[in-house]
Amino acid sequence: MKHIKVLGPGCAKCKTTYNNVLEAIKQTGIQADVTKIEDIMEMMKYDVLTTPVLMIDEVVKVKGRVADVHEIKQLLIA
Amino acid sequence: MFNWLQFFADWLVFSVFKLSPKSHLGEALDFFVLDTIKIAILLFLITILMGIVNSYFPVEKIRNYLSRNKMYGLEYLFASSFGVITPFCSCSSVPLFIGFVKGGIPLGITFTYLITAPLVNEVAIAIFAASFGFKVAAIYVATGIVLGILGGFVLGKMKLEKYLSPWVKDIIANARTEEKLQEEKLPLIQRFPSITKEALNIVKGVSLYIVIGIGIGAAMHGFLPTGFFEHYINKGQWYAVPLAVLIGVPMYSNAAGVIPVVQVLVAKGVPLGTAIAFMMGVIGLSLPEAMLLKKVMGWQLIAIYFGTIAFFMILSGYLFNFIL
Repeated sequence: MKHIKVLGPGCAKCKTTYNNVLEAIKQTGIQADVTKIEDIMEMMKYDVLTTPVLMIDEVVKVKGRVADVHEIKQLLIA
Repeated sequence: MFNWLQFFADWLVFSVFKLSPKSHLGEALDFFVLDTIKIAILLFLITILMGIVNSYFPVEKIRNYLSRNKMYGLEYLFASSFGVITPFCSCSSVPLFIGFVKGGIPLGITFTYLITAPLVNEVAIAIFAASFGFKVAAIYVATGIVLGILGGFVLGKMKLEKYLSPWVKDIIANARTEEKLQEEKLPLIQRFPSITKEALNIVKGVSLYIVIGIGIGAAMHGFLPTGFFEHYINKGQWYAVPLAVLIGVPMYSNAAGVIPVVQVLVAKGVPLGTAIAFMMGVIGLSLPEAMLLKKVMGWQLIAIYFGTIAFFMILSGYLFNFIL
């Protein structure tokens, strides 16, 4: 079971990242829960400067840009 | 430098499509082909260049550097120049703001970065270079850097901390110097694939706006007579520059589409300074950003922030009209 978090204040890029994550999970069939973190206070705990941020199991994998489905799939399998 | 492109566009439109160079449609299509290719090439090259620089100077590194070093005023110049090389999305402005003040970086310097980062970005530079030439692009970048320094410095002197949201004041009270960043040491060759991919993503992301912008520009280029706007907007009207900035601010995110249109406005008689002021308003200040900043600032501070920047944009518009 992987824990995925998408951090971002709800902008277009953050939504795209979130949807890409859902798609990647569907395609790989990996067990994972996805949390969207839009609250700025919560976000600052992770000391992010650029959004969106993609975290897998509390590790920042991608920040400041949208990760595409293919890339997320590879991160999930790794 | 782009002569061969002009040849290609002329050949395609006038020889292959057999349109007359004197016809409105021929002129418009020629402009469209030339501008689209020119912008696409420059945009790709400049985003890659910026991507390389940025991969060695990520914003975390910049933040930690500014947090650790006091440079007797030079930090304004650093913050502003760093703003140029880092990519920026207005949705990052809040985390950035907090991340900076959390590291003990003074409010003025944080503002400097926040002003320059959206104002001078790879998309704007590329389209400026394609539409107005490298000289105007360089002037735009230099103005953006100076504007960030001046704006941040003035805002920093105003003692605006009291207008921040209470939780942000708490963060400032507990600010501490950031450690040196642990970096991964990758050779350029290994960084290159992701840089190229990201550059392609940026080009793809703005391509629709650019094509629409060039389309409108091309139509105006082909169908409006030269000097068409001179009658309505000229250097003699003192209110043209402030008005241009005021109209520019609410227009959002279509910077990529706006510049090709403005290029034609200039060709048809709008003063360049007025046009630059307008584009700075469009690119540098946006209402969605103001809404986001509401989370960390009181509305008075946002008003002062936007007001100060708009003031400097208007000032630079007058300056350009005067010297260009």
